Amino acid sequence: MADTMQFDLVSPERMLLSTQASEVQIPGAEGEMTAMPGHSPTITTLRPGVLKVTSGGQTTEFAVTGGFAEVAPEGVTIMAERALPRAEMTSEVLKDWVAEARKSHEEAHPTVADDAAKLLSDMVAMGGHIGLD
Amino acid sequence: MANLKDLKNRISSVKSTRKITKAMQMVAAAKLRRAQEAAEAARPYAARMGAVVDSLAASVAGSESAPRLLAGTGSDNVHLLVVMTAERGLCGGFNSSIVKLARIHAQDLLAAGKTVKILTVGKKGREQLRRDLADHMVAHVDLSEVKRIGYENARGIAQDVLARFDAGEYDVATLFFNRFESVISQIPTAQQVIPAKPSDNAAEATDGGAVYDYEPSEEQILADLLPRSVATQIFTALLENSASEQGARMSAMDNATRNAGDMIDRLSIEYNRSRQAAITTELIEIISGAEAL
Repeated sequence: MADTMQFDLVSPERMLLSTQASEVQIPGAEGEMTAMPGHSPTITTLRPGVLKVTSGGQTTEFAVTGGFAEVAPEGVTIMAERALPRAEMTSEVLKDWVAEARKSHEEAHPTVADDAAKLLSDMVAMGGHIGLD
Repeated sequence: MANLKDLKNRISSVKSTRKITKAMQMVAAAKLRRAQEAAEAARPYAARMGAVVDSLAASVAGSESAPRLLAGTGSDNVHLLVVMTAERGLCGGFNSSIVKLARIHAQDLLAAGKTVKILTVGKKGREQLRRDLADHMVAHVDLSEVKRIGYENARGIAQDVLARFDAGEYDVATLFFNRFESVISQIPTAQQVIPAKPSDNAAEATDGGAVYDYEPSEEQILADLLPRSVATQIFTALLENSASEQGARMSAMDNATRNAGDMIDRLSIEYNRSRQAAITTELIEIISGAEAL
């Protein structure tokens, strides 16, 4: 089995990263999941969280929110509505994102309020994880 | 005969017009390149998104639980037309061609007894449509402050469009924009976004592709993806539109520059002839005066 696979991180505006990776840790909607070459084909939605890409022994981290991941044996594609390299993720950016999530939570229709609340708490949790608040 | 001073003024004014159109053409060319790059960069996302939605849609199609964004409301009485135009003029037939397409579409729908609602993006379209379809306009999105179209703009429009759908304001939404083909050719396009229309190759995609596990369920993913897909389609349309706008402006200004050049040539010939005629007349006067002595 090949020990690397194609990894693409795409946002609506541009392709952020396209590389060979040996391991990708994805913040899936139903929990973290790690994809390695040969993973069975899966599509999952993302929750706000940290995406870790290991390539050539080096791990790159991205903060991602909103979108989905397409995992296939030969590669992983992450389609994130927003993605930022961990280094560029400052508390101002996080504050914006959280404020937006909070706003949509407050305006949310009762039927989707739970989802919005979850989004908000995930967003805050991600901030905690990265070490920002 | 026009007098010499008038002609001279005329020539200099056409010359400055030519300078302006030439400058606009060059600005449009630079912007076009950027717009094309942006459209190019956005393509992978849109393509993947389309492919995934297609394959999901094919597997959920027909089931009771299919989201309304996919299955539709069950009727098609109220149509929302999202008409995307430029904020500025001086770009040839760019705005008019979209407006023309939208107007024909609206009139067909009205003739068939449907209700038409129009959402305009870009003020040129609003100005033109207001003349005869003012009663049908429901909203307007102003992008004149936006220098570079970002995904945020598209998301704003998508949220508005989706909120109206959730509120039951319409059944079918169609985007009108110019698809960028080349600098000299932009194709006015109507694209239905709600309910989602699986593309023609959807069936092949599901046959050939691997069978995916879905986490959470297919329906939930689809419910999450469809609004994003609408935003993506709007984003793509906005980018195509801005590339088309710059392309149209570039060729319009190229024509204008050439026309101004022709006009300067014509006026210069006229000016020289008039000058010569004036000299000849003066000579005749002098000679006949001398002969009379």
